[in-house]
Amino acid sequence: MKLDLILRVTTKIILPFMLLFALYVQFHGDYGPGGGFQAGVIAAGMIILYALVFGLRAAQRVVPMSLVQRLIPLGVLIYAGVGIVAMMKGGEFLNYSVLAQNSVKGQHEGILLIELGVLVTVASTMVGIFYAFVERGR
Amino acid sequence: MASVSGENAVTVALTLTEQLPGLQIVVPLMGAIVCAFLRRGNLAWLVATLVTWSLPVISFLLLLEVQESGPISYKMGGWAPPWGIEYRVDQLNAFVLLLVSSVSAVAVPFARKSVAVEIDSDKHCWFYALYLLCLTGLLGMTITGDAFNIFVFMEVSSLAAYILIALGQERLALLSSYQYLIMGTIGATFYVIGIGFLYSLTGTLNLVDMTGRMEMLGLTDAVSPSMLAALAFIFVGISLKLALFPLHAWLPGAYAHAPSFVTVFLAATATKVAVYLLIRFLFSVFPTTAVFSELPMSTILLVLSVAAMFGASIVAIFQDNMKRMLAYSSVAQIGYMTLGIALANQAGLTGGIVHLFNHAITKAALFIAVGAVFYRIHSVRVEDWAGLGRKMPITMAVFALAGLSLIGTPGTAGFITKWNLSLGALEHGYWWLVILIMLSSLLAVVYVGRVIEIVWFRKPVATIDEARSPPMTMMVPLFVFAVAIIWFGLETSMSAGYAADAARFLLGGGGS
Repeated sequence: MKLDLILRVTTKIILPFMLLFALYVQFHGDYGPGGGFQAGVIAAGMIILYALVFGLRAAQRVVPMSLVQRLIPLGVLIYAGVGIVAMMKGGEFLNYSVLAQNSVKGQHEGILLIELGVLVTVASTMVGIFYAFVERGR
Repeated sequence: MASVSGENAVTVALTLTEQLPGLQIVVPLMGAIVCAFLRRGNLAWLVATLVTWSLPVISFLLLLEVQESGPISYKMGGWAPPWGIEYRVDQLNAFVLLLVSSVSAVAVPFARKSVAVEIDSDKHCWFYALYLLCLTGLLGMTITGDAFNIFVFMEVSSLAAYILIALGQERLALLSSYQYLIMGTIGATFYVIGIGFLYSLTGTLNLVDMTGRMEMLGLTDAVSPSMLAALAFIFVGISLKLALFPLHAWLPGAYAHAPSFVTVFLAATATKVAVYLLIRFLFSVFPTTAVFSELPMSTILLVLSVAAMFGASIVAIFQDNMKRMLAYSSVAQIGYMTLGIALANQAGLTGGIVHLFNHAITKAALFIAVGAVFYRIHSVRVEDWAGLGRKMPITMAVFALAGLSLIGTPGTAGFITKWNLSLGALEHGYWWLVILIMLSSLLAVVYVGRVIEIVWFRKPVATIDEARSPPMTMMVPLFVFAVAIIWFGLETSMSAGYAADAARFLLGGGGS
């Protein structure tokens, strides 16, 4: 891997743009095509590319497996937590309308939070699956 | 879309009682998340236990409310049905909710010691998270009134179940899990294809709305091709899930190789929920007269049920592995449930529905007994059990009692089922069917009797030297199920009473 200078440099240049694109897809998701799932896959793709070029150990120094294992339920917690907050405010589970002063704002905020939860879980699950495959037979 | 819901926005805050249908799903879901964060197995078990114990309370309150004031509707996410997902609790699924939640609540203490020896310690928290997710899925399938939402919860529970089974100690567990995955996925796919046909026919996914629209289309007495296709796909899809003979091939392996607690849990709940779905679709969604008068649905179900009762029982007689024997017995017992559906009259359907409950407590007791023995002697081969009655008398006594319930001896829960089924058969004038029910019970006498003979009347073998009474966390569930088997065999106003209510509700007036 030491000799792949072009690969290494290009990867380093691309990585921040991948994350930026993931965030664009994430925040574009409520009015256009995109959303948490797609953004999560792109964000995970960043880690996977890093692992492919710089090796698994380098990637796991950035995102260790223990962190991945925490992030997977964290995303679900964000998702379900929004639902719980809606319940506490007197609406049904996941009724975003009650989250803010008026329902339009509530719906907007609710879906953004939900998509954040999806992003976290999808990205970490993708990385988790990749780690599991790469670590096989070690 | 946001502006539409703006007009529907909640102005009056919902009370806790009105939130109950949502909580039935949200509580186990949150429990699963909490377990996934934990790192200590005992703590995860505690969370899982407390969460599971809270569920029967919720479902019992729901049942009381349904009996008081009719079906309950809950708008998930605040979107009004039929556009949004509706949680709808009526006489039928209130009973099934109570069944699933209470059987799990009784069984869950058993998990503590059993899981501790059968699963690697670093996986305990994930194990309990998956168990709660599976429970969430099963309860969700039962409570939701939306055809597609049923599919989503079916996948939640199935995916969790595949992993739970694959955690078994033997390598065959992985293969069994994979077989179940293939069969289960085919079943779920068929179900979705059927829903697709129904959607093209009615333009809705809400079950109650679906029924209304089929009535509007004049499909109550006649059968249209797309309805027939929908019925065929949904029937086969759900039959795969409930392991109706001859689609049961995944079940014995899955039950035999799964960890003990998973076998107890799945045997007592998973197939029951699938049977509930079949009942829901045949009696409450599809027009009952069209399905049972115009189509040979009764005959098909009757033949398959009887085939299950005999075929699977005969195979069970020749099994050496206790878990596999009981798994085949489950296939046979599912035959009794579908037999009740096939009879499609008040007594028969009552028998089918009450057997969901009676079989759940019976099989849970049997599998817990097997799990307790496995905990002590690490074998489920029947010849290793010889003379075990002297070392583990209480466990084996409960096993014998549950075995009697499996046979259908008067005074046990199993008898109530067979009594109602026989009444239903006689109402049709099918006296030969009553004889078949008796004969199939005799097969159960053979496979249960064989075990009882080996356990109580043979000389102890070396394998059971270490055996002694199981720990308290196993003894208590065993004892509760034993009491329940006798209680619900004598006092039937709870189990058979609610089942009769549900049957009356399904046969008169349908799902609306």
